[in-house]
Amino acid sequence: MSDLIRRTAADTAAKIVSGEVSAVEVAQAHLDRIAAVDGAVHAFLHVDSAGALAAARAVDERRAAGGELGPLAGVPLAMKDVVVTKDVPTTSGSKILQGWLPPYDATITTRIKHAGIVMLGKTNMDEFAMGSSTENSAYGPTHNPWDLSRIPGGSSGGSSAAVAAFEAPLSIGTDTGGSIRQPAAVTGIVGHKPTYGAVSRYGLIAFSSSLDQAGPFGRTVLDAALLHEVMAGHDPYDSTSLNVPVAPVVAAAREGARGDLTGTRIGIVRDLSGNGAGGYEPGVLASFEAAVATLRGLGAEIIEVSCPNFQYALAAYYLIAPSECSSNLARFDSVRYGLRVGDDGVNSLEDVMSLTREAGFGAEVKRRIIIGTYALSSGYYDAYYGQAQKVRTLISRDFAAAFGQVDVLISPTSPSVAFALGERVDDPMAMYVNDLCTLPASLAGTPAISVPSGLSVSSSHPPLPVGLQIMAPALADDRCYRVGAAFEAATETLSPPAEVLS
Amino acid sequence: MAHLARLARLAVSEDELDMFAGQLEVILGAVARVSEVAATDIPPTSHAVAMTNVFRADEVRPSLPREAVLAGAPAVENDKFRVPRILVEQS
Repeated sequence: MSDLIRRTAADTAAKIVSGEVSAVEVAQAHLDRIAAVDGAVHAFLHVDSAGALAAARAVDERRAAGGELGPLAGVPLAMKDVVVTKDVPTTSGSKILQGWLPPYDATITTRIKHAGIVMLGKTNMDEFAMGSSTENSAYGPTHNPWDLSRIPGGSSGGSSAAVAAFEAPLSIGTDTGGSIRQPAAVTGIVGHKPTYGAVSRYGLIAFSSSLDQAGPFGRTVLDAALLHEVMAGHDPYDSTSLNVPVAPVVAAAREGARGDLTGTRIGIVRDLSGNGAGGYEPGVLASFEAAVATLRGLGAEIIEVSCPNFQYALAAYYLIAPSECSSNLARFDSVRYGLRVGDDGVNSLEDVMSLTREAGFGAEVKRRIIIGTYALSSGYYDAYYGQAQKVRTLISRDFAAAFGQVDVLISPTSPSVAFALGERVDDPMAMYVNDLCTLPASLAGTPAISVPSGLSVSSSHPPLPVGLQIMAPALADDRCYRVGAAFEAATETLSPPAEVLS
Repeated sequence: MAHLARLARLAVSEDELDMFAGQLEVILGAVARVSEVAATDIPPTSHAVAMTNVFRADEVRPSLPREAVLAGAPAVENDKFRVPRILVEQS
């Protein structure tokens, strides 16, 4: 395996600046890696070799001309296919958008281009970001680089697998109920969901507008922080975008890497640590206990806190997200873009819409559209959507009370390690409980990171990665990175077994 | 179920109706837990950092070129989106 693909993004960028390696060489090494392993991993839906090499060449030319390079110039990145990219196929994992070439760029696409980041291609995902395994992709699942028979998490599973398999040092995902953090956890990498509004949603194909938030994946906390600072910032094209300074996450990651948490108060969320409630795997709980000991060893003060309303998060989420998706996905009407089925000159527009949506959407998308349609229908709105939005308030109050006592909260990222492909596809509720630990921060709009927390060792599966979730108050994303980097510095770095992809 | 599918413009098959009906019952049973919280005095939340009346400057900006937009359309006629007939004869 080429050294060029094993380096961190920070290191690669430094070596491009110093001239030790060219951006084109780095891009080519990653394209070669993709060609070698992506047949087995299937992280990518589309590889844009020509676009990547052209972007890399532009960085090399800029350097040759004496131009200044940003902190990630020339570093390759894999982009989740929910993010609109001009003239590069964008499907959101759905058949209904097969072959669509967007006529514009999302704000985050524009930002990474301006930063000189080299986009390698678009990554696989659960259709319209609905799922926790990528098995809801219309284009087949992605395989976990730790064990190809297992899921890479979801919905951003192509983005997590690409980084874990050394196909890209960085990737972008989106998180609605845990779709960055859970894939990061089960593939052994870092993934951060920013404060809602910190990163522009302009050009994200909307799933649940009051929850969707794009964020970075990397193999180190610092790499994720560097990408975070490129992505974040106010955007007038998104009315929910926050007009505040970007949290100083890179400085926080560097400070945290010194490994001193003296004076930091860390809360264990009793309601998310498996006490009493079933479903948490022993390997996950063992890893969490070890993580608590590590954090204590770094000087942190550990306090147990209770967030009693977190138990309603799953119910509230699976009302809010389907409700908003049933509304957002109405735009797929067979008129302006995407698929059209049954336009035979006899069928009416309504018939064509219904036939198109039937043919173009997968089962999980249809389930959620139907649930959302039900929850929003006249007479049910207050009892379902309205009540769920009130639960969000209660969850936010639980967070506020907890953050009165502690600086950050921790929990396992997911109750389970990567499960086998096919294991939960026929049981929607079994799939939904993957989100148990990640949903509270989604509903409250607060930031949370998942960092690798060692391996779960069990007789029932090979050694598989576990994630530690670190949650902070709104706008305090830097706390996630500081504590995450300190924890990372005290934890052994792990890579997927080389023989899986040899 | 069939009514909801029609409202959502989904021409679902009989097999799908059977599969979804059971699953939706389980899911709706689970999400009905939101009714357990007494919430008469609780305001709803939709954003972590409350904002009201977000405006941007009212500036004219170039729109996307017509051909770029129509290039992605499933059917085009005379430089416009072509749609199936909207009015259906009453029988």
